[in-house]
Amino acid sequence: MRNIWTIARREYRLYFTSPIAYIAALLTLLTVGIYFVVIIYYTVNNSYYSNTAPGIDIVIGPLATVFLFAVPAITMRLLADERRMGTLELLLTTPIKDGELVVGKWFGAFLFMLTIIAATLVYPIVLNKITTPGIDQGVMLSAYLAIILLTAVFLAIGTAMSSFFNNQFAAFFATLAALILFWWLIRLPTFIIQNDSINNILNYLDLNRRFNSMLAGTISLSDFVYPLSLTALGLFLGATAVEIRRWK
Amino acid sequence: MIRSVGLTKDYGSRRAIENLTFEAKQGEVVGFLGPNGAGKTTTMRILTGYLPPTYGTAQVAGFDVMSESLEVRRRVGYLPETVPLYPDMTVFEYLKFMADLRHLPNGDDMVDAALDLVQMEKRADGYIANLSKGMRQRVGLAQALLHRPEVLILDEPTIGLDPAQVVEFRNTVRDVGKERTVLLSTHILSEAQQLCDRVLIINKGRIVAEDTPENLQARLVGAEHVVLRVKGEADELLPIIAKFDGVQNARLQPDGTLEFQFAPGADIRPQVARAVVKAGYDLLEFHPVGLSLEEIFLQLTQDNSRKER
Repeated sequence: MRNIWTIARREYRLYFTSPIAYIAALLTLLTVGIYFVVIIYYTVNNSYYSNTAPGIDIVIGPLATVFLFAVPAITMRLLADERRMGTLELLLTTPIKDGELVVGKWFGAFLFMLTIIAATLVYPIVLNKITTPGIDQGVMLSAYLAIILLTAVFLAIGTAMSSFFNNQFAAFFATLAALILFWWLIRLPTFIIQNDSINNILNYLDLNRRFNSMLAGTISLSDFVYPLSLTALGLFLGATAVEIRRWK
Repeated sequence: MIRSVGLTKDYGSRRAIENLTFEAKQGEVVGFLGPNGAGKTTTMRILTGYLPPTYGTAQVAGFDVMSESLEVRRRVGYLPETVPLYPDMTVFEYLKFMADLRHLPNGDDMVDAALDLVQMEKRADGYIANLSKGMRQRVGLAQALLHRPEVLILDEPTIGLDPAQVVEFRNTVRDVGKERTVLLSTHILSEAQQLCDRVLIINKGRIVAEDTPENLQARLVGAEHVVLRVKGEADELLPIIAKFDGVQNARLQPDGTLEFQFAPGADIRPQVARAVVKAGYDLLEFHPVGLSLEEIFLQLTQDNSRKER
């Protein structure tokens, strides 16, 4: 645990000196901010036709879409860069386990993304002020839980990809492809496949569907179990890839 | 402290090292000499727990590198050939990070002590990105010495250092080597001669010779090799020297020096010096030359291929 924390702490600090991390954070907050302002503006101007106030989904929804691109940029260097700089040899000859290294890296990135998520808390506060009777606190909690779980999964996939590839850009595009698969593509076969059991499996694996139901305030046990399992699987694959490289 | 038995490593179909068996005791500085690609780095990576061997076993500080890798890594200080540093960190932050990974109690004090040992205490707050190559090497060494390891493994530690830094570096290693086991790789014979109690010469993944540097040189030379320079032309001096008993291969070199060999034990240098002066020459230079590593390699590898035939 202590090793994980040591690695994570260094990783977290590193993000504050990394231009890519700043660009990713800036683009994320800028996109969410613009989206927020536009929706509020639109709602106020069209309040005559609609009497529903915008909810937390106008913040967390776009946040998830932006993370689809931001996470690969955040994770691409995690292990690929250590290998490029030769520091992986250093870390792997200190008394830490391969798994601790990978989990520590992931956790450092997770803390950085949590910082970005925390910065968006200003929007529910504003929303709460400008809407009557204010936003639903339960839905807000559920939505934030959804984005935190989704971030954990995205980052674990990115960490695994970063340990598979030597090249940062290969890691970036492979992560992006994997995220697009779990976020958008996985549900497409259900439109043409008639077999219910296959469709049930695909629906179970569809991160987007789970995310949207949590965004609306509905949570089931499997909404936790699935993302956490996927996170664990990603980290396990990452650690295995590091170990396999020793044997090659 | 280091015991390797039949260590073999294959990278795919290429065999990097084959059947390496050697030992290094406590308080001993052992040099690993070999050309690039000889298998030095691979061996060191196995001994530090970075790579597993394909066959064979190795024990470091009494622990098996495969089954007790974490125990080995706790007791080994390792400086890889490309010094692994984080340029975004200060020297102190970097060493503190390593101290934390090694769970060192009094981490700050140990970092200070390591910085003191490599004389970098004044640069502790400087960013690694701004350090010169020599300073980076010293930070790398501080990292390897940080936890006061029982075994120190240094891969080409003096590459890229200027002569003054090399001297400093060697002094540090010599001090450290008094109580610990040091295994260092180099392709500079003089470095091995100055630093090592014992030298292993490795070529194409195999140990081709193992001895003290002095014995190795004496064993391989077979004859003493001397260079002589006089003021003016040395052409007429050649027959004078050639007629001495025991002198072999006397010849003029393109740079104007005269070179000859004589059998070890029959040191005729005093007589030669007197004869040169007597013949009316001003003697400017007269010194023995050792074999260069390249020559030793040639000799050893030629011997080996002859044996194989």
